[in-house]
Amino acid sequence: MSEAFEPGVVLAARDIVKTYGATRALKGVNFEIHRGKVTTLFGENGAGKSTLMKILSGVTTPTSGEIVLDGTPVTFASTVDARDRGVSIIHQELSLAPNMSVRDNIFLGREIRTATGVDYAEETRQAAALMRELEEDIDPATPVEELRLGQQQIVEIARALSVNARILIMDEPTSALSASEVEVLFKVIRDLTSRGVSIVYISHHLEEALQITDYAVVLRDGAMTATADRSAIDLEWIVRHMVGEHYDRGSPPTGYAFGDVALSVSGASVEDKNKGVLLVDNLSLDVRAGEIVCIYGLMGAGRTELLESIAGRVPLVGGDVRLLNRSLNGLSIAQRIDRGLVLVPEDRQRDGLVQTMSVGENLTLASIASFVRNLLTQPGKEKSIVQDSIRDVHIKTAGGKAAIGSLSGGNQQKVVIGKMLATGPKVILLDEPSRGIDIGAKAEVFRLLAEKASQGLAVVYSTSEVQECLSVAHRIIVMSKGRITAEFGPDVSKEDIMAASGEAVVH
Amino acid sequence: MTNMQNIKAGPVPGGLRNIEIGRLLLEGRAFFALIVIVAVFSALSPNYFTLGNFLTMASHVAIFGILAVGMLLVILNGGIDLSVGSTLGLCGVVAGFLMQGVTVGGYTLYPPVWVVAVLTCVFGALIGLVNGVLVARFKVPAFVATLGVMYVARGAALLITNGLTYNNLGGKPALGNTGFDWLGFNHVFSVPIGVIVLAVIAIVANVVLARTAFGRWLYASGGNERAAELAGVPVKRVQVSVYALSGLCAAIAGLILSSQLTSAGPTAGLSYELTAIAAVVIGGAALTGGRGTLRGTMLGAFVIGFLSDGLVIVGISSYWQTVFTGAVIVLAVLLNAVQYKRRPKKLPKNAVPA
Repeated sequence: MSEAFEPGVVLAARDIVKTYGATRALKGVNFEIHRGKVTTLFGENGAGKSTLMKILSGVTTPTSGEIVLDGTPVTFASTVDARDRGVSIIHQELSLAPNMSVRDNIFLGREIRTATGVDYAEETRQAAALMRELEEDIDPATPVEELRLGQQQIVEIARALSVNARILIMDEPTSALSASEVEVLFKVIRDLTSRGVSIVYISHHLEEALQITDYAVVLRDGAMTATADRSAIDLEWIVRHMVGEHYDRGSPPTGYAFGDVALSVSGASVEDKNKGVLLVDNLSLDVRAGEIVCIYGLMGAGRTELLESIAGRVPLVGGDVRLLNRSLNGLSIAQRIDRGLVLVPEDRQRDGLVQTMSVGENLTLASIASFVRNLLTQPGKEKSIVQDSIRDVHIKTAGGKAAIGSLSGGNQQKVVIGKMLATGPKVILLDEPSRGIDIGAKAEVFRLLAEKASQGLAVVYSTSEVQECLSVAHRIIVMSKGRITAEFGPDVSKEDIMAASGEAVVH
Repeated sequence: MTNMQNIKAGPVPGGLRNIEIGRLLLEGRAFFALIVIVAVFSALSPNYFTLGNFLTMASHVAIFGILAVGMLLVILNGGIDLSVGSTLGLCGVVAGFLMQGVTVGGYTLYPPVWVVAVLTCVFGALIGLVNGVLVARFKVPAFVATLGVMYVARGAALLITNGLTYNNLGGKPALGNTGFDWLGFNHVFSVPIGVIVLAVIAIVANVVLARTAFGRWLYASGGNERAAELAGVPVKRVQVSVYALSGLCAAIAGLILSSQLTSAGPTAGLSYELTAIAAVVIGGAALTGGRGTLRGTMLGAFVIGFLSDGLVIVGISSYWQTVFTGAVIVLAVLLNAVQYKRRPKKLPKNAVPA
């Protein structure tokens, strides 16, 4: 395996533009992958990283621009096509069949066939050889579900290598790994690059990525903002180019005094039943009426679990949640909404919207009681409520009867927020309210939150984008591993926030 | 935004109007199918297009129609109820059993017919409740839970009657329990009572679906259960309710059928659940839940009823009837797929800026 390789560009993207409807996800990106090197893509959520990776791995095709592989322009018809030409991708969510063995997963869809069926002996031999190469002591006959997550990642890598991948794209490969498993993964990556495999690496853990990368490419709002050699950069450089300084996302509303404590969480703990670990660890938090609190943390910090447990979706294993000084323990989601506590969930499509219903029906779903008289809904009253809501949260739509799918992501998010605001809440929790919406819509969402807070609503939102902490929040709380690791006022620096999240240590 | 400008854009070009007609045909397909069926059979047989025949066919449709209303509620919720045919049979048997008199402590009580009817309906709703609790609380897949209940109910009906049929449902004037034939044989302005019952149930169900909070909850939890729950919809209660209502519908259908036949047999209603599902599907409802209308389901029930009765009237063998019915169902599902696939695809077309 000591074949010599020429350092140089193996795959290049030229002027890649990708539009989804009216949204331009990529605005002419140029990007090069060097042979036998690790190239890391940095960028916030929604910067266009995954879109670019989907294009490079054949999941989707660019609207314009070209991909050049080994000096020749190519079009990937599908992921299989890309794989056959040596480009493989390992997605953030592993795509293994947990009930099947390591061997069967590695050869899934390309079984080694003989005249009488599958040549299991040969498959086992090759799978074992791959495991030896990766220096992992995994029996090819083990069902994948019995492996630790880090080992499952190794199986994914083995599968990519078994088709002789020359370019391996890894999307957030370490997000679910322990520190020791990350070490193993990095050893495997170094091993692969020494054999001439090119790696494209995506991670939110900037420090971690800096340990392994040779080149850094930064994306922001669908455009490439910077590219450089590892030797020429540091953390500060990455953060500066990732976040940018040009965009004003508002400032905390002022000119009024906060009210009483609206939401009080004390000693809250949430357990992951499968693993027996605490996702939220004895956490306490008070939020006053009119106050906006931002919870910052990396993926897996426990933000979602905290918000969902407050809203009553997942049970607390310990602690107390009080709304306006009344305990909410044991109440259902519906009862908490009645008391004035609502949640805007993180995954809009999965948890926020009913796709089969219209914009208006979605908007009034949580407040049907307000227009029901004598058991019957009053269409006239409902219509005026819908129109008020559309105006109140500034939804751009053809009207209440429009299909929910006809709206842009930002306007869909406003429907979910408007739906919960229509219940007249005292406290609103928003889990990553800016996820997957464009920058203009983000600003509008935060403006809306500021407006409602100044009218006395207590607002708690979570984010994984540091810039968003520094928008409308009066107070910034940093979470890591289920605990609060720091608490800041609105004038804190980005570096301090990131340092407290365990993302980066800046000197 | 570009989106809105496109929607508000001036006069409709000719090409678009054709598309509109195509969509109208697609969305109103059950209605047009019904018209075609009536027209074809009226041309083939002089007996088809008569008031008497329509009333007879309508009273046949009543049984399936009532089952289909309950089935629609379950399917809107994203479930399926395979037990309704058996529940229908068992409820008929229970009614027949009660009509024979209940012996309590040496005395034989003969409950009046209205008591029998109410008890039977309660019984049917309870069977549905079992389905609902299995599905909502114990997370048994609807297909499996109702399949099990289907077997249990059929077996229970056979056990109660020992495989025989209650032929004496007339009651005796001296016992004060006459009138069981009322549901099956009486008419109001020459409209059979069964058809009137169907009409009442359909109207009530339509109001519930279109104008009550429960209806909205049902569409929401069928369309996206997680989102509905987070919006405060009592999704479990809705789920249990639809199965109970489906059981209630099956009990009412069972009463009408045994009254029409003046007998209650343990095998009554065999495979009726499939006809009910077919009616709902022909009516344009999506088996994935959240999409469907009562109007469509009623049209679906009439399409199936008028088609099979028409085939009988023109003398086509019952074997061919089965083939035709199956073909209609497959065609309906095919068109459902076309309809629901089309909608989201239209959006990007509008949204792409010129």
